[in-house]
This record gives sequence, C-alpha cells and structure tokens, in this order.
Amino acid sequence: MIDQNIILNEIKKFSNETKLNIIETAFKTNGKSAHIGGALSIVDILATLYCHILNINIKNYKSNDRNRFILSKGHSVLGYYSCLCQIGLITKKELHNYEKPDTFLFGHPVKNRDKGIEFSNGSLGMGLSLGVGLALAAKKREMEYKTYVIIGDGECNEGSVWEAAMSASKFKLNNLFAIIDKNNFQQTGANEEVMPSLSLVNKWKEFGWDVKEIDGHNIKEILDSLKENIQPDKPRAIIANTIKGKGFSFTENNNSWHHNILTEKMYLNALDELKE
Amino acid sequence: MELTERNISLWSKLGSRATYGLAILELIKVIEDKLIIVTADTSTSAGLDRFKKKYPNNYVDIGIAEQNGIGISAGLASENFTVFSSTFTPFQTMRCLEQIKVNLCYMNIPVNIVGLASGLVLGDLGYTHCSIEDVGVMRALPNMTVISPADCGETSKAVFAAAMYNRPVYIRLTGGTNNEIVYKNNYEFEIGKAIKILAGEGVALVCTGTMVAKAINASKQLNQHDIYPSVYNFHTIKPIDQKTLNNICKKYKLVITIEEHNIIGGLGSAVSEIIVQNESNIKQIFMGVKDNYLISGDYETILNKTGLNEDQIIKEVKNNI
Repeated sequence: MIDQNIILNEIKKFSNETKLNIIETAFKTNGKSAHIGGALSIVDILATLYCHILNINIKNYKSNDRNRFILSKGHSVLGYYSCLCQIGLITKKELHNYEKPDTFLFGHPVKNRDKGIEFSNGSLGMGLSLGVGLALAAKKREMEYKTYVIIGDGECNEGSVWEAAMSASKFKLNNLFAIIDKNNFQQTGANEEVMPSLSLVNKWKEFGWDVKEIDGHNIKEILDSLKENIQPDKPRAIIANTIKGKGFSFTENNNSWHHNILTEKMYLNALDELKE
Repeated sequence: MELTERNISLWSKLGSRATYGLAILELIKVIEDKLIIVTADTSTSAGLDRFKKKYPNNYVDIGIAEQNGIGISAGLASENFTVFSSTFTPFQTMRCLEQIKVNLCYMNIPVNIVGLASGLVLGDLGYTHCSIEDVGVMRALPNMTVISPADCGETSKAVFAAAMYNRPVYIRLTGGTNNEIVYKNNYEFEIGKAIKILAGEGVALVCTGTMVAKAINASKQLNQHDIYPSVYNFHTIKPIDQKTLNNICKKYKLVITIEEHNIIGGLGSAVSEIIVQNESNIKQIFMGVKDNYLISGDYETILNKTGLNEDQIIKEVKNNI
C-alpha cells in the first residue's frame, strides 16, 4: 500500500507540473488563443500514462517494443507536448516556442518521431482507426506493446469513431485502450445541446468493448482502469468523467476556455492557485 | 510476375480486377508475411478469394467501413507492413478522402490503395459506382502517386512496382473482362516514366488506362489515310513525366489527351499544366467525360456516348491536324 501511495503522489506531482506547463506555454504565445479546456480535462490521464503506464523515456522512445500513444483529440496538444517535455523529449525552450515561427510544435500534433510525436492528428475521429492498425500489427507479430488512444466525447460525434470501435472488437484487440475524455462539452457548447452523446458506457459495451467508467481526475481509478485486465478478448474502453478546464477556478466547466487567450493577470492568478 | 504469352491472354480475359488478385498471390511469395491485404467486404470483386483462403493471417476485412480501413491500413503500414487496400473506386478514394489526406499523404505513410472498376465500366450500376473524378481528387494530394495501367499485364507490373516504392500510391484499374491487350511482350515499367508505343509525326495521342489500346487502334486506321499519330502510354499520371511532355511540345503541333475520366482534373489537366510552361504553339484537345453524369448504361454504350472510341479519336485527329 505504501508503494502505491508513492506512485499516486508521483503522478499527482507530474500532473501539477503538466498543468503548470500548459498555462505557461499558453501564456508565452503572447496573446494567442490556445486550446486550454480540453488539455486540462485530460491532464490527470496524461500524467498517469506518461508517469506510470507508457514507460516511454529518452532511451527507449524509438524502440519497436515501446507502447504506442495517439492523441486523437489533437487539439489537446498542450497537454501532450508538456508531457513530452517532462520526460525529456522536448526542451522547455522548444515548448515555449509553441506556435511561433520556425517551431515544430503546432496547434495540432505533427508527426515528429525524433521528438516523440508519433502521429499527426487534429482532424477528429481518425485516431482510433490508426490505433486499431497498431494493435492489429502487434497481434500479427506477437509483440507485447500496447496502444493507448485518447478520444474526446465531442469527437464521438464522428461516425468513423464507431467504425473503428466495431473493428477493434472484431479483431479481439485486448492490447488496445480507448480513453474517452467525457468532459460534457464540445467546441460551441454542452454535448447535450450540440449533439447528445446518450450513454457512452452502453454504446461502447454494445460495440463489444470491455468498459470501465471512472472519475478521470482520480489517479487511483485511472491507474486501475489502465492496469486491470478483466476480459481477455476485448479492447478496453475507459469512460473518464472529467472537468473541462480542470485545475483552475476560472477555467473549470467554462467552455469559453475551449480556445481562448490567457492574459497576464489570469496567468498569475493560475500560478497562485497551483501553489495552493 | 512474368509477362508470358499465356499469362497475358489469361489476365486479359479475366480483366484488371481479377489480375490484381492474381498479382497479390504472386507478391506474397516475394515479400511473405510483410504483406497485408485490406478489403472492405469486396474480396470477390478484387479477385482475392483465393488469397483470403490461403493466407487468412495476411488478410484483413474491415467490412463496409472504408474510412476506418484507411486508418487501419496506415497503422499497419507505420509498423512496416506492406499494405494494399482495395474496393470499388468511389469508396476507395472519395468516401475516405480525408483519411487518405491525413494518414497517407500528410504523414507520408506508404499505403497502396487500389481503385477497382474505375472509369465507366460499371455504367449499368449507375454513377454511384462509376468513377470519373478519382484522378483529379488523388492528384491534388501532396505525396500521392497516381498510376493508371493500360492493360492487365501493366496492372500486375504496377502492383509490384508500388509494393517496392515505399510511398503512398493510388492504382486506378479501368476496363472490364476481356480487357484489350496493349503489351504482348515483356517491357520495362518504371513509375513516372511514360512509354512511347507508336512513333509517328504531327500529332501525339497521350493516353492512360483503357484508352491506350483504343488510341493504338485508331492510329493504325489513320495510317491508311497517311496520318501517323504517335501514341504515348502515360501509366503514371502523378508524378507526370515532364521530360517526355517537354519533348512532345517540341516535336508535335497537336496533342490529344484521352482518358476515361472527367476532362477536369485528370490526365488532360496534368498534361496542360506542363505544356503551358513550354514555349510552344502546340494545341491540346481534351477527350474524356465532358464534366457531366450522362445517362447510365452498359460500358460500350457509355463509352460511345461519351465519344471515347476509335471513331471519335479518328475524327478529332482529322479535324484538328
């Protein structure tokens, strides 16, 4: 038990650092809008993956047996880049050059294997298909690596997500994890208004997945859902109930932070909140 | 795969789709377990039923879900499998266009996509199944190569060349069964390099796919009237063979592009993009579908109505030379 507490604390620390990196990078764009809400809703999931699940580091990040990660909701890129920075694949200087001239860190991930960015994403609904391909390749070659894909709940509006979901269960990909960031918002409003998602748990179950519903900010629940293997021949879907803009009083559940400008005052306020 | 007399005659009878399936059966002998064939509930239509039975581990059926098929293909290819994905052309190119853009072209992941029964051969089924837009659409994608074989022997050569090319490739299959034979003997096929089939003067017939055979026939008939058109097989539409086109500009007064495709965006457009950059007075005539969806009908009827036959080629040459 002591061991697990140490792990949980490590992940929490990592997550706080990711939050700091997200707001710092958004602030250093000098008045540009950034996708802050969706980056913060997955911050604890990302921290758990990068701190304890993916086992990707500066030494092994190009090896064939590394675990694969796809950020299908590519606009949450600030969280992704921050994690890559924290594990040493991107420097702080490069991170703070985000969306500036001559950067390689764009507003949506652009494949750059030297920097640990596995795929280009940004057009919603495509990442899970790619993940099915990677997981299928592992099965064909009898390799042990696992594939993790983060998908938005708004993204689940895209029909292609369900094409991919259908195929993953056909191919019995128990080496594939889809984490659905259920923050209940999409670009212009609540899911409920724009396109109700009904029961995502039931939908993924009906598509043949082994589904776990968790609190997407409870590190222990995230960790357990990614580690426990219950049904051997099914892919795992994790419906993570999250808060869009998690971590700061002025961003939480405030959808204007889907894509917005962080002023100096807000930035300093956020730093104070992070210290508390 | 060897171009023997027996093979050429057999493939021609079977048509380009079945030839594709046979080529894949040969390809796996060369690259073995590296090969993955992806289909969208269309194995029979692609001549892949034998492959499906013999190599179940190398065969992936993604159902009637082509967008997902492209993503899966890209995932497999990025893990170093050689992937061929095939279904009827509209579904293999346009249904999943953005997936092709992002997964294959933007990330430069080398998946080979094969468009079955492109052009007008499925006219009986209506224009949902015909494809007169695919070349224009695929050609507009950076990093994409577009190949349109002239006959079944060339289809087999294109499959092997694409498998070794290591870039995103689109292979467009035209014609039905009893596909006319262009090449009776073995020859060198290189992606991006057009082939001069008949050497003449005054007019160059620049063609692709099934129209190569028709141009050869038309050219031979014109010889009786003392007109000797050259015939070029542009089996690769992208990258277009600029060198050959520059020479055509120097040597001829008239170029006629002939294709089973809309005159917007296809081979004709690709050719004109090069010839306008040359300082020459060469005139271009565009033969193809005149930007319309004509009444559907059997292949022969649609080709005749569209003016994609020997008589019309002869007429265009005589009227414009």
